[in-house]
Amino acid sequence: MKKTYQLDTLTCPSCTMKLEGMLKKTEGVKEYEVLFNSSKIKLEYDENIVDSETIKNNIAKLGFEVLKEK
Amino acid sequence: MPKISKKHRVILATLLVVTAFVLKEISGYSPITIIFMLATAIVAGLPIFKNAFAALKYRIVGIDALVTIAVTGALFIGEYWEAAAVTYLFMLGDYLESRTIEKTRSSIKALLDLAPDTARVIREGMEIQIDPEDVLEGETVIVKPGEKVSVDGTIVEGNAYINQAAITGESLPIPKAEDDQVFSGTILESGYLKIRADRVGDDTTFARILEMVEEAQDKKAKTQKFLEKFSRYYTPGIIVLSAMLYLFTRDLVLSLTLLVIACPGALVISTPVSIVAGIGNGAKHGVLVKGGEIMEKLGKLEVLAFDKTGTLTIGKPVVTEVIAMGIEEDELLRIAAIGESYSEHPLGRAVINHAKEKLGEYKGTVDEAEIITGHGIRARIEGKEYLLGNRKLLSENGYDLKEVEEILQNEENKGQTAIMVGFDRRILGIIAIADVVREDAKLLIQNIKSLGIKKVVMLTGDNERAAGAIAQELGLDDYYAELLPQDKVRVLMELQEKYGPTGMVGDGVNDAPALASADLGIAIGGAGKDVAMETADVVLMSEEIRKLSHAIGLSRATVANMKQNIYFAIGVAALLLMGVLVKTVNLSFGMLVHEISVLLVIINAVRLLAYGDKGRTRKKVLQTGE
Repeated sequence: MKKTYQLDTLTCPSCTMKLEGMLKKTEGVKEYEVLFNSSKIKLEYDENIVDSETIKNNIAKLGFEVLKEK
Repeated sequence: MPKISKKHRVILATLLVVTAFVLKEISGYSPITIIFMLATAIVAGLPIFKNAFAALKYRIVGIDALVTIAVTGALFIGEYWEAAAVTYLFMLGDYLESRTIEKTRSSIKALLDLAPDTARVIREGMEIQIDPEDVLEGETVIVKPGEKVSVDGTIVEGNAYINQAAITGESLPIPKAEDDQVFSGTILESGYLKIRADRVGDDTTFARILEMVEEAQDKKAKTQKFLEKFSRYYTPGIIVLSAMLYLFTRDLVLSLTLLVIACPGALVISTPVSIVAGIGNGAKHGVLVKGGEIMEKLGKLEVLAFDKTGTLTIGKPVVTEVIAMGIEEDELLRIAAIGESYSEHPLGRAVINHAKEKLGEYKGTVDEAEIITGHGIRARIEGKEYLLGNRKLLSENGYDLKEVEEILQNEENKGQTAIMVGFDRRILGIIAIADVVREDAKLLIQNIKSLGIKKVVMLTGDNERAAGAIAQELGLDDYYAELLPQDKVRVLMELQEKYGPTGMVGDGVNDAPALASADLGIAIGGAGKDVAMETADVVLMSEEIRKLSHAIGLSRATVANMKQNIYFAIGVAALLLMGVLVKTVNLSFGMLVHEISVLLVIINAVRLLAYGDKGRTRKKVLQTGE
């Protein structure tokens, strides 16, 4: 399953590192890319292991708002 | 806890911090003052603390961790005002930064706004309005004055003036008529069009440009990669350093201050904000630079090699003369046109167009044909084997060129290309073809030379004399003629070795290998040419080659901007550090300076957005460029 999340403006590159760290440790997320300047996360996950809600929750826990998903 | 927006949190914290400050001045550290200070720290600090802990779970120590430790420490030793001020300033800074950083990205936002939001299609004979994403390929789309074209397509009916600024950065409207291509995102200024949708939604040129620009902005510059690695170790390092400082000096305030002022914010953000503003500026001017690293490289090129046909010239050659020898002129033209129908070379197209013009519809097809790259074509037409091509092709096949040598040289000295038609060891005629040099090419060559590019050369498959004539006309340093595609790659390698970083400029039609093998591939007229857009590192969306000097200047301006930011950030950090050590900088003042420095770095990057708008910034770039 492939998804793109549009986040609230990312302001610090360390935010990118946080998100990358989280995605790396989230089971079921196979590939991910955090785009700092466009404030987007592009990822691919295995829908048998993890769902979009869990990922969005994890993002929210780090203090980022998901504005749109596609 | 009820969710409150960032903005409301800022307002609430501002009220609290002001009240706390006033109370402190009036009544000193009374219980009520302390309550307000604590309230400020909680309102402003809660998100910071939460983020710090969440990040810690993934073993990442960020700036918010530094602030959290500092604030906890400040509260612990009873420095309530410092705790309130630091959290407040950090929150406010973050808020203002996100507002200004939006500015550096504003060109992309502007581009996004150009996306079409509705499409008019004909379904079951009715004209209806739908979402552009829902248009099907092959459907007929209608565009009226003032509306945006919603698909990439071919005009089937109507005439119009179209503003293509969204794609090419050129805002002068262009006339379009039947069979012309139109792009999604462009605006119909006057007229009326019926378009057959060839590509819709995410497949349109416009959508792909958007996606490429977005991705380009996040392709990191070398400097940026280094800074990120640096900050990964830097932040935990600072914590260790502060702890050690405390162990040795037992001065908790001093070590906490060190924590706060050592936040690498300005340094880490210095490069990405410049890059994003630089790439944004390019996108606005129809120059797509695919990433930070390329932005850094572009300004450092020493050599620029240009392809001739379609790059320095318009690439739509026209037949200027048909010389028949012992055969009817029309028959010669007919044979040549039939043979060339097999080729995709621009010269071939010139012959075909000329034949259609002169002969109207002509009969005959190719039985069998073979393209001999860099030479021409061998074609069997009506049972006879003909050769169509240049000197090499005919002399290698045993033709004697002595008789026609004078005519050939004469044409070539004028910068024309001569195609010969040969049959049975006999030359039946010569077709002279000329390509028009781009109007802005000469100016561009002057401009890039004045920007300090050491060597400007031309690579072409065309003959020596024609190449020489054009090279002289344009004022090129050198030219390499009669090259096959693989020769171009070899010449580029030689240039790289001899003079340094080399950029190849082409139209992407038949020079893809050269574009890919140069240090930097630059494609012109990228809109609508997929291969060129994918393989090149820098794409000039329109056919205006003079934009190249804007691109090079922009790259240098961006790199200069980046350097200013880095030096400024390091300078501020060093000053703060000294201030802390001689105890003139306290916790909240350190935070204030830090946040201001981050804002200044962003504002400096925003300046890049205006680069080239008036040509006013150009002088500066020339000075700082080297």
